[in-house]
Amino acid sequence: MVTLTDEFMLEMQRRMLRIRAFDERASKMVKRGHIPGTVHTSIGQEAQVVGATMALGDNDYMSGNHRSHGHPIGKGSPLGPLMAELQGKGTGVCKGKGGSLHLADFNVGSLGESGIVGSSIPIAMGAALSSQVLGRDTVALAFFGDGAANQGVLYESMNMSGTWKLPVIFLCENNQYALSTPAHTVTSGVIADRAAGFGIPGVRVEDGQDVLAVYAAVSEAVARARRGEGPTLIEVVTYRYNEHSEGLRLGTDYRPSDEREAWLKKDPIVLFREHLIANGHTAEAMDALEAEVLAEVDAAVEFSENSPWPDASVGFDDLYTDSEYAA
Amino acid sequence: MTIENMPMVKAINAGLRAALAKDDRVLLMGEDIGTLGGVFRVTEGLKNEFGSNRVLDTPLAESAIVGTAIGLAMRGYRPVCEIQFDGFIYPAFDQITSQLAKMTSRHEGELPMPVVIRVPYGGHIGAVEHHQESNEAYFAHTAGLRLVSPSNPHDAYWMIQEAIESQDPVLFFEPKSRYWPKGDVNLSANDIPLHASRIARTGTDVTLIGHGAMVSVLLQAAEIAQEEGTSVEVVDLRSLSPVDYGPILDSVRKTGRAVVAQEAPQNVSLGSEIAATITERAFYSLEAPVVRVSGFDVPFPPAKLETIYLPDADRVLDAVDRVLSY
Repeated sequence: MVTLTDEFMLEMQRRMLRIRAFDERASKMVKRGHIPGTVHTSIGQEAQVVGATMALGDNDYMSGNHRSHGHPIGKGSPLGPLMAELQGKGTGVCKGKGGSLHLADFNVGSLGESGIVGSSIPIAMGAALSSQVLGRDTVALAFFGDGAANQGVLYESMNMSGTWKLPVIFLCENNQYALSTPAHTVTSGVIADRAAGFGIPGVRVEDGQDVLAVYAAVSEAVARARRGEGPTLIEVVTYRYNEHSEGLRLGTDYRPSDEREAWLKKDPIVLFREHLIANGHTAEAMDALEAEVLAEVDAAVEFSENSPWPDASVGFDDLYTDSEYAA
Repeated sequence: MTIENMPMVKAINAGLRAALAKDDRVLLMGEDIGTLGGVFRVTEGLKNEFGSNRVLDTPLAESAIVGTAIGLAMRGYRPVCEIQFDGFIYPAFDQITSQLAKMTSRHEGELPMPVVIRVPYGGHIGAVEHHQESNEAYFAHTAGLRLVSPSNPHDAYWMIQEAIESQDPVLFFEPKSRYWPKGDVNLSANDIPLHASRIARTGTDVTLIGHGAMVSVLLQAAEIAQEEGTSVEVVDLRSLSPVDYGPILDSVRKTGRAVVAQEAPQNVSLGSEIAATITERAFYSLEAPVVRVSGFDVPFPPAKLETIYLPDADRVLDAVDRVLSY
C-alpha cells in the first residue's frame, strides 16, 4: 500500500468534489438551456477518475472519450475555461469549438477527447511512442469505457504497444453500461483478462469507488511503464449515477431500480470523507472544503457567463495551420 | 385506403414491424436498439414483439456489426443495422466500402447483398460533430452501394420496406430533425419506387433540389418565393445514389434555373455532383449557372452555431435571387 501525505489526500478529495460539483452544475445548466446540447457526467465515477489522473505526473499524457469533464479536472485544470467551453464561449479551453464532447485542456497533458468511443486509444499510444523514441520517462494513459472495450482498435493498440513495450496504460472505466446496454450482455469474459492474450498485465480494480485502490493500481502501472516494461490494461469497476447523457432524456429504466440505490451507498466522495475523518480530519474541515469547491464552481460559472460569445466567423478559423493553404 | 397521421419515427417503426412480420429472415442489429428501443426510439417495442433473436442488442462495435450483417446476408438473411448517429459509422467504413459495396460485383452477381444500414443523419438537434453530420458523400462515392433518404413519414414507411426487400446494400439516411413532425402515411398503397426522385411541388421559374430534411426547407422557401411572385419547383431526390436524373433534368429544362441544397459541406459533395450533371446534360436549357447551397467547409460546429451552419429558407432564397438575376 502506498503511503500518501495528508496534503495529497486532501487534494484527492478536493478534485473529486470539483468533478461532482462541476458536473452537477453542468447538468442543471443543460436542463435550463444555459449549455447547448447534452453533457455526459462522471457523477459517481469520481474516485476512478481522480485515482487515475493523480497517479500521473504533470508531464504525463492522457486521452479521453465522451465522458471526459472529470479527466482534465482530475489532472488539475482550472474550472473557469472548462465551463466556458461547455457553454461555447471564446474563453473556453478549445475556444468554444470543442464543447462537452471535446473538452481537451492541452495544458494538463490532455491529448483530446472524442465521442467516437475507442478512437482516442491509439492516440495515447502515439504519445507513448514519442516518449520512448525521445528517451523521456513520460507515460500516456487512455481512458475508455466498457462499451469501447469491444471496439477492435483497443486490441490493435494492446498488440502494438505490447510488442514495442510502450509506456501506455489502457484504463477501462467499467461503469457497467454502454448507454443502455448492460456490459455483461455484450462482453465475453472479463475485460481485464483480455490483456493476457497480448502478454501484458491485466488488473481489475473491483472497488472503483475507493480512490486509494484505483490510485495504487494505476501508480503501479505508471511505474512499470516508466521502467520501460510496457503497457498495462486496468479495468476499474464503477457506476454512473445519472443517465447516459444529461438532457437526452432517455432515463435509466434499463437499470434495475435497486441497483443505483446500492451504488449510492458506495458514493466515493462520502467514503473518502469518512476515511479522512477517521484519519484525523474534522467534519468541519471537510464541510469547509466542500463549501470552498462550490464557491470555485460558482466562480467558474461567473467567469463563463461573463465571457463574450465568439463571432460566428471563428467557425472558419484554425481549419489549417499553414495560412497560405487556407480557403 | 388506410391513412394514418404519424411522425417519421413511428412510420419507420411501422415499416420495420411490417418487414419483420412479413419475412422471418429480416433481423435488426444495433447498439441499444432492443431493450431501449434505440436512442431515437425508432425500434421501440420490436424486441418485445419479435424476440431477441430477431432484434439484437449488439456490442458497441460498428465494424463487427456490419461485417456480421454481410455474413448473415451471404447465408440468406436480410439484416438491418442501425448506426446510432451519423458519425458513428466511421469505424465500419472499411466493412462498408471494402466488403459490402464490392461483394456482388466481385462475385459476378452470384451473391446478392440485402443489407440495410440505417443512419440517423443531419443537424438541428443541438449536438456536435459525429452526431449531426451529413456524410452521404463518402458512400455515394463508392460504387455498389445504394443510398436513399426519405423526407416525410409516408416515404419513410414505404422506403424502409423497399430497402429491406432490395437485393442490394442500401444505406438508409434518416433525417433526425424530421423524426418528430407528423405527416399522413398511406398504409395501403405505395405510389413510387425506391430509386425514383419525386416532384414535391410544381413550379415554372426555378428548380430547387434536395433530400431528407432539406426538402421541408425548400418547400418553405418555395412558399415565401410564391408570395414574392416566383414560381418554384421542388425535387425531392429520395435516392442519393444512384440519382434518378430524369425528373431533375425535365424540371430544369422547363425552368432554366436550378439550386441544389444540402446540409453537407460543399467540397466534393453530392450537391456538387448533381450541379455538374445538370450543367453537362441540360446546358442549353440553363439561363443561369447552377447554384449550390450547403453547410460550410468546416467540421460540424458546436450547437450554438448550428443554425448558422445549416442552410435555411433565407439562404435558399438568396440563391434563388442569384439564379433569377443572372
